[in-house]
Amino acid sequence: MSNQEKTSGAAKAAATAAKEKAVQAVPKPDWADGLKQFYDSVVDEPLPDELAQLLARFDEDEA
Amino acid sequence: MSGKPKKDRPARSAADKAAFKRELTEVVPHLRAFARGLCGRADMADDLVQEALLKAWAAQDRFEPGTSMRAWTFVILRNVYLTDMRRNRFRGEYDEGVAERILTAPAGQEEPIHLSDLHRALLTLPAERREALLLVGAGGFSYEEAAEICGCAVGTIKSRVGRARATIASMIEEGKVPERTLEDPSAHRAILQELDEVAAGNGVTEPNR
Repeated sequence: MSNQEKTSGAAKAAATAAKEKAVQAVPKPDWADGLKQFYDSVVDEPLPDELAQLLARFDEDEA
Repeated sequence: MSGKPKKDRPARSAADKAAFKRELTEVVPHLRAFARGLCGRADMADDLVQEALLKAWAAQDRFEPGTSMRAWTFVILRNVYLTDMRRNRFRGEYDEGVAERILTAPAGQEEPIHLSDLHRALLTLPAERREALLLVGAGGFSYEEAAEICGCAVGTIKSRVGRARATIASMIEEGKVPERTLEDPSAHRAILQELDEVAAGNGVTEPNR
């Protein structure tokens, strides 16, 4: 990116307009799927011991 | 820390209680995923989940059978998160544990985008936008459900998601994803300021219910 471009007011205005457009259009960029991947990767992890133990304690509570 | 639930409602049947426990168990992985997205460290995230589970268990009489357990517990989790952040300030260090999975390798760009880059970018967002994007973009909630969870209007959620996406998109496109440790003091300040506003009830995001 050239400095000229960076400092140009017109370029800034264009960038702002593009951002506003992006907000309205809510595009689905190619990284968007990554959020789902990130979430699913945690969902698929085995439950840590502390949480499994907590759930087991709830059962004792119930009895 | 959590008091016994008040017994001022008709006693729930054993089947209700069993169903509650089963459904609660089923959503734990989802709570972990939401918490991991909200805060950068896996151990902190699991602490939040633990606290949320205790609160959910103590409040089980308030759960309406047949409604979404995931949505109900997410409300509790985000309240725990907001309270915790307010109390302990921002303890955001980025956890290296996130998979170094390559998300996209755009042609003509020397560095591919990793899942961990996306997570770091997410962590720089204001809490209200981060949670909105997590709920809709990662958790698969509808805008309506996300609005319900956050206690705000549907239009507000839509705008937060849109802004969050725009911010992350520009970070990725411009190669400005923050470094592995969130040491940028201005980012810290912005997050603290935002949390203060949220905590004071001035933010658009506030503890719900």
